[in-house]
Amino acid sequence: MSGENEPNDRTEPTEPGHRRGLDGPAPEERPTPAGRRNEQGIRIDPEVEAKQEPRRTVISTLVEHEPGVLSDVSGLFSRRQFNIESLTVGPTTDDDRARITLVVEEPDPGIDQIKKQLRKLIPVISVRELESDAMRRELALVKIDADRPSEVAAVADMYDGKTVDSCPETATIEITGSRQKIDAAIETFEQFGIREIDRTGTTALARGTQSTAAPASTTESTAEAASHPQNQYAPADDD
Amino acid sequence: MSERATSIPPEEQHDDQDADTTANAGGDDTTAGGDDTTAGATSADTAAAGNDTQPKPVTTGAESVVRALENAGVEYAFGVQGGAIMPVYDALYDSEITHVTMAHEQGASHAADAYGIVSGEPGVCLATSGPGATNLVTGIADADMDSDPMLALTGQVPTDFVGNDAFQETDTTGVTTPVTKDNTFAADPDRVGTDVSEAFALAREGRPGPTLVDLPKDVTNAETDREPDEPATPDTYEVTEEADPTIVASAAERIENATRPIMLLGGGVIKGEASETCREFAIEHDIPVVTTMPGIGSFPEDHELSMEMAGMHGTGYANMAITHCDTMIAVGTRFDDRLTGGIETFAPDAEIIHVDIDPAEISKNIHADYPLVGDADTVVSQLARAVETSPQATKWRAQCQQWKSDYSMAYDVPEDEPIQPEFVVEALDEATSDNAIVTTGVGQHQMWACQYWTYTEPRTWVSSHGLGTMGYGLPAAIGARLAADDDQEVVCIDGDGSFLMTLQGLSVAVRENLDITVAVLNNEYIGMVRQWQDAFFEGRHSASDYGWMPEFDKLAEAFGASGFRIDEYDEVADTIEAALAEDGPSVIDVHIDPQANVYPMVPSGGDNGQFALAEDQL
Ligand SMILES: Cc1ncc(C[n+]2csc(CCOP(=O)(O)OP(=O)(O)O)c2C)c(N)n1
Ligand SMILES: [Mg+2]
Repeated sequence: MSGENEPNDRTEPTEPGHRRGLDGPAPEERPTPAGRRNEQGIRIDPEVEAKQEPRRTVISTLVEHEPGVLSDVSGLFSRRQFNIESLTVGPTTDDDRARITLVVEEPDPGIDQIKKQLRKLIPVISVRELESDAMRRELALVKIDADRPSEVAAVADMYDGKTVDSCPETATIEITGSRQKIDAAIETFEQFGIREIDRTGTTALARGTQSTAAPASTTESTAEAASHPQNQYAPADDD
Repeated sequence: MSERATSIPPEEQHDDQDADTTANAGGDDTTAGGDDTTAGATSADTAAAGNDTQPKPVTTGAESVVRALENAGVEYAFGVQGGAIMPVYDALYDSEITHVTMAHEQGASHAADAYGIVSGEPGVCLATSGPGATNLVTGIADADMDSDPMLALTGQVPTDFVGNDAFQETDTTGVTTPVTKDNTFAADPDRVGTDVSEAFALAREGRPGPTLVDLPKDVTNAETDREPDEPATPDTYEVTEEADPTIVASAAERIENATRPIMLLGGGVIKGEASETCREFAIEHDIPVVTTMPGIGSFPEDHELSMEMAGMHGTGYANMAITHCDTMIAVGTRFDDRLTGGIETFAPDAEIIHVDIDPAEISKNIHADYPLVGDADTVVSQLARAVETSPQATKWRAQCQQWKSDYSMAYDVPEDEPIQPEFVVEALDEATSDNAIVTTGVGQHQMWACQYWTYTEPRTWVSSHGLGTMGYGLPAAIGARLAADDDQEVVCIDGDGSFLMTLQGLSVAVRENLDITVAVLNNEYIGMVRQWQDAFFEGRHSASDYGWMPEFDKLAEAFGASGFRIDEYDEVADTIEAALAEDGPSVIDVHIDPQANVYPMVPSGGDNGQFALAEDQL
């Protein structure tokens, strides 16, 4: 190569005089292992690959009540492509702390990752996946056309709904309960014509004397916990 | 001269730091008033400066920021001045901390990052608000990907202006949240010093990473007499040092019964100061060792057990070993896709013992059969105590040695063609000591620097692994130089494209008279991209052929550095020697074969065991 340095003055590459690359057995001449892993990096029997199905679960986190925590948490979910169904945030008995309740839907390894990644956020104090018998409640406001007021009232009654606003054209019903109950109520209200809906997302507490905000136990966060999930999804109670 | 050569035939962005004040008609800049207090303090200071056994009490937020750095033992900081950070710089003026004024904030963050890699202590970088802060972001993201300890301090517009789209306002904590281990908006002058102490501690403790404190100008200007707390992590931060003993016991049993064991050492081994313990363990039990790219230097590559680096451009023998092992002791690695290739075919017969300080890395990409959460050195020591008999792996070791000869990295040096890059890397290695530090840009040259330099010591390989940042090499050499011992040479093996991205840093190296040697492997190409285009885009060289490059030797001279140029093999050794002999910065423009390619290669998502040795195998 001579010292020319004029723009676009380089000689076109010629065919290399030697074979470019390294010596050694070609790929097809090499032994190949029998095993395989699935998408989650778990070794599998290639014959009977069991795909991990996503499950829905509630994760309750106690966080320092400071600016930016909510965006830290929501940013984490979008950045890591975790599937999130709802997120609620509110104060606790301690002014310095807030609770964030998340409903997520992921296969077991994803749920495990969510818990671990949440724990890594510095303002997060504790993270806990709630048992399937935990109390879960959501509130919805449903504004419907009030053309048939008595029928609307009957349906509202059926779902323990409360009429919080009404005028000749519309009625707004408040419904509280499990996600499923609210889904069902909304479906039923559809026959009247729904104008607007607002839902709070799931709030949840552990049952009995158990504390929802059990501090993060560091040992629980290993793969052991992931391989024996105690928290198989079961529909929330609806009492 | 070279072990592997089988010779056949043979920005200075001067935009508007000044404009800060000009544009301040709106009233941003209250420094004018604030300066009086500073001036008063300074004269009192000079009077008392004679017998300074006791540091003088802090009087402002900025002073407490600097005091926090001093308490943490910070010796160097890298940065660029500007309106919003001026109070901090003013406090630095009286400090023992040596500030290196960089030509560009990106360089400041890379220099701090490299300083952190080489010294093991967080590197510190500073920038003003807005463009200063955003220019740091690449280096912060780089440190985040590689878990390098770093503390970034950014100026911010005064608190009352935040949210108003004020001059040079950027939501710096918002911008950097995804790329920092933690960041803080300092809102309180009484706490700002402690915020910095805490950020420093967080950058260093557990899994290291970059932290940032955003410093509004009113907070740093404000009066306070609160001394910062000592550097400590917040209560909500927990690190597990020791792994669960029952899992250690079962992992040990697995190791004892392995017939095809390997150790896979990642960057965490170096960060956790576990290189020595891992070496002893591997040698004691005769276990072949593969490293990841950040793990280079954790195990001596001239040792018989070393299989060197695995992954996309890892050695054939490392990739064979990783593919066929039955037990993998993986320490301090996050199983990045450049290492694993396709997950389905990654070590598919291996039970994985995964040691990592970050529980979230366990089973993130590759399922861990034996999850060992803890500090690398502590956990490998636990394993060392628990393993009683070495695995019976004579046949496996022989197989590994066989692969080393089957897939030798030997390359041709045809005399009628331009210089082969491998030869240059080996010549540089030969001309320097064992503890010389190598920094790089990103591209083919980086891979040759991995493959053909024989690393034997931790903290001598300084590169941009996870983010793959072109332009990392030169500023990293600056940071590495200041962290290194005087007898350690610092060599930047750069690409022509990468060098162009940050070469304004030469002005810093010259001004500070830093003894670094930059060898630009100049192919006048975005070589790595050109190689992929040849392999996967029918040789259509869209935007990869620079076709022309400035003369880097002359450019270096213009900066006041020494410039050299190599075109022929017989110039290589002498020129390298001359460049290394220079006391200040020198640049060698090495015109290499523009057609040279990096092999072996595992295409993205491919099977490690099916690495290509030449283009027709891709
Ligand atoms: C900042 C940045 N921009 C773009 C890329 C994409 N990229 C990867 S390698 C490469 C080529 C680098 O060219 P050069 O520094 O000359 O190295 P070579 O491959 O020629 O050795 C490019 C453009 C990158 N890694 N970093
Ligand atoms: Mg190039």
